[in-house]
Amino acid sequence: MSRLIRQAVVLFLLLTAVTGVLYPLAATGVAQVLFPAAANGSLVKKDGVLAGSSLIGQSFTQPGYFWSRPSATSPGPNNPAASSGSNLGPTNPALTDAAKQRIDALRKADPGNDAPVPVELVAASGSGLDPEISPAAARYQVKRVARARGMDVAKVEALVDAHTKGRQLGVLGEPRVNVLELNMALDATGR
Amino acid sequence: MTANDFLQIGLFLAVLLALVKPAGQYMALVFADEPNRVTRAGAGTERLLYRLAGIRADEDMGWKRYAIAMLVFNVAGIAAVYLLQRTQQWLPLNPQHFGAVSPDSAMNTAISFASNTNWQGYAGESTMSYLTQALGLAVQNFLSAATGIAVLIAVVRGFARRGASAVGNFWVDMTRATLYVLLPLSFIIALLLVSQGVVQNLVPYLDATTLEHGKQSLPMGPAASQIAIKMLGTNGGGFFNVNSAHPFENPTPFSNFIEMLAIFIIPAALCYTFGSMVGDRRQGWAILATMLLLFVPLTIGLVAAEQAGNPAFHGLAVDAQASALQAGGNMEGKETRFGIATSGLFAAITTAASCGAVNAMHDSLTPLGGLVPMWLMQLGEVVFGGVGSGLYGMLAFAVVAVFIAGLMVGRTPEYLGKKIEAHEMKMASLAVLIPCALVVVCTAIAVVAPAGYAGVANPGAHGFSEMLYAVTSAANNNGSAFGGLSANTPFWNVLLGICMFLARFPLAIAMLAMAGSLAAKRAVPVTAGTLPTHTPLFVTLLACVVIVVGALTFLPALALGPIVEQLMSATGH
Repeated sequence: MSRLIRQAVVLFLLLTAVTGVLYPLAATGVAQVLFPAAANGSLVKKDGVLAGSSLIGQSFTQPGYFWSRPSATSPGPNNPAASSGSNLGPTNPALTDAAKQRIDALRKADPGNDAPVPVELVAASGSGLDPEISPAAARYQVKRVARARGMDVAKVEALVDAHTKGRQLGVLGEPRVNVLELNMALDATGR
Repeated sequence: MTANDFLQIGLFLAVLLALVKPAGQYMALVFADEPNRVTRAGAGTERLLYRLAGIRADEDMGWKRYAIAMLVFNVAGIAAVYLLQRTQQWLPLNPQHFGAVSPDSAMNTAISFASNTNWQGYAGESTMSYLTQALGLAVQNFLSAATGIAVLIAVVRGFARRGASAVGNFWVDMTRATLYVLLPLSFIIALLLVSQGVVQNLVPYLDATTLEHGKQSLPMGPAASQIAIKMLGTNGGGFFNVNSAHPFENPTPFSNFIEMLAIFIIPAALCYTFGSMVGDRRQGWAILATMLLLFVPLTIGLVAAEQAGNPAFHGLAVDAQASALQAGGNMEGKETRFGIATSGLFAAITTAASCGAVNAMHDSLTPLGGLVPMWLMQLGEVVFGGVGSGLYGMLAFAVVAVFIAGLMVGRTPEYLGKKIEAHEMKMASLAVLIPCALVVVCTAIAVVAPAGYAGVANPGAHGFSEMLYAVTSAANNNGSAFGGLSANTPFWNVLLGICMFLARFPLAIAMLAMAGSLAAKRAVPVTAGTLPTHTPLFVTLLACVVIVVGALTFLPALALGPIVEQLMSATGH
């Protein structure tokens, strides 16, 4: 029995060294050489300062920016240090209350727009850090953004289309628009 | 459901099935008794490891020694992960200066990762140092997966060997599973994930200033290497709190496809390996067919339920219609890039396979959408199931199915040429009933204990669902959760820790005992009266046995949770 315990402990330590030290170090080394930008967080810089990651959603509240999906992180939305969904069940009244609040906020910022709100702007994302919105959600906000910035609606639509990614390999996932990249492109137009 | 929903599900199954034979053949070579070109390639490394550990690779173990070795090895792992968490504040690679994890949480996490469950009562990016993640948790991801594969191979040897007193060498099986299967595949998957944007570095969290002049602290770490084995070993323990919903853990639809494939590939391929090792590949395909027969309709049901959306939103000015511009449906707790189809498919895959990773919040699924993952777990994690454990669980059901068929025609049951007698039936019954009993008893405990229902986040039937789901997940070694439940309390940590331990190790030992008694038997010649176990009839019989056990045991509990909630939701409450 003591021989068996010794075999167990030594093999455990050896396999720990292989899978817990060699493997992650090798993976990190190769990843940093092959895909350095991706391995380090797909970081985005603005005027030389770190402005975030193209993969991590940010909060936008000004009418001149496209707004991200609702986020249930705390203490504030889009807090990457504490990723979280709302975990509200479908029959929980808190869910419909939150939805109503978001609809009101969207409609207040965009008076005159009576279209039904795309569900992704009303439902909290799973991670609380969703960097993207659906093309329908982007289209819903185009007139508001154009008005706030004094831009042509057609120009804003063109920017949205330029930043719309289709399904990967034509079939995987969903079409989506990266909100941070779109908003940075808007800022870059100078309006 | 849209055409694209079906297309994505179909594409996934097609790619998976195409990989079953090559991967299955490869693993059959890895675990073959005679040396071959695969095992010769790593023979030097193996010899070195065995010499250092004082292991004699040619020492064939009887089932008892095999079971004890497995148990001692895993208990050592539990102790190591516990110690790492309790002392991480003094150890290197802790750039965020996290303190020691609390004793009940540390013990729960240690048992959780060693039992291939990866239930995470804690939030990764605010609790665990990089060292603990890489050296403790990710290591258990490898070793618990290797343990599952090893036990499965021993069980298969029980069917394949005749008049034998031994079922293999646990150390050799473990080491081979790790070196030849898990490590190479994880390395490839990790790099594929990094190419899509999963982080893999050792720097501290980075501070960013957002466009609207807010502050963001971006978490970093060696995530891809851990996520690869998390999926491949059907572990499920994410690097970040929201698991594969996190953009750093699952950035693109392609990374999602790879992650889903990684969950199912070894469990599916082991069916082929099983058929190959018992000398009749049709047996492996029959088991795989049974798993698909159970998996596909349930998946379609889940996706359809989610695509139908939440009736509570019908009265609001919300557009939840599927179109070319949006996925529509119930998007609460889901990510835009995954929409409905791949969130639903992922949820079905992860709960069929005892993985437990999530790319959407299961607590926010519609009632029927949440019933499917729950029931897939309650079936015993045999629909593909965990690496190794899924197949040996399904083989226990196969023994039961053969027994029932034998009762119906009045013949001694036999499976794969071995007579199924009282001892085998007892072990198969244990394997089938232990998880069922744990779920039912421990959910009852949680529901009556104030400390149990204090953790519930959603009111009414959905709150019961949260507790039922948590115990189901632990008692079937899945690890996913309805995340609203506050389970990082001493009550839940202890209750679920006990469930996870009892579901994994006694069940494995029962199957090893069955393997031992089967290996000693002589083969029974096939006659005209033998029940063929590769035919559509047997596939249907086996699927029905799994369904009947799962339905009889759990319909009352499901009626109190998801079913009642669905009725309330449909009638406008």
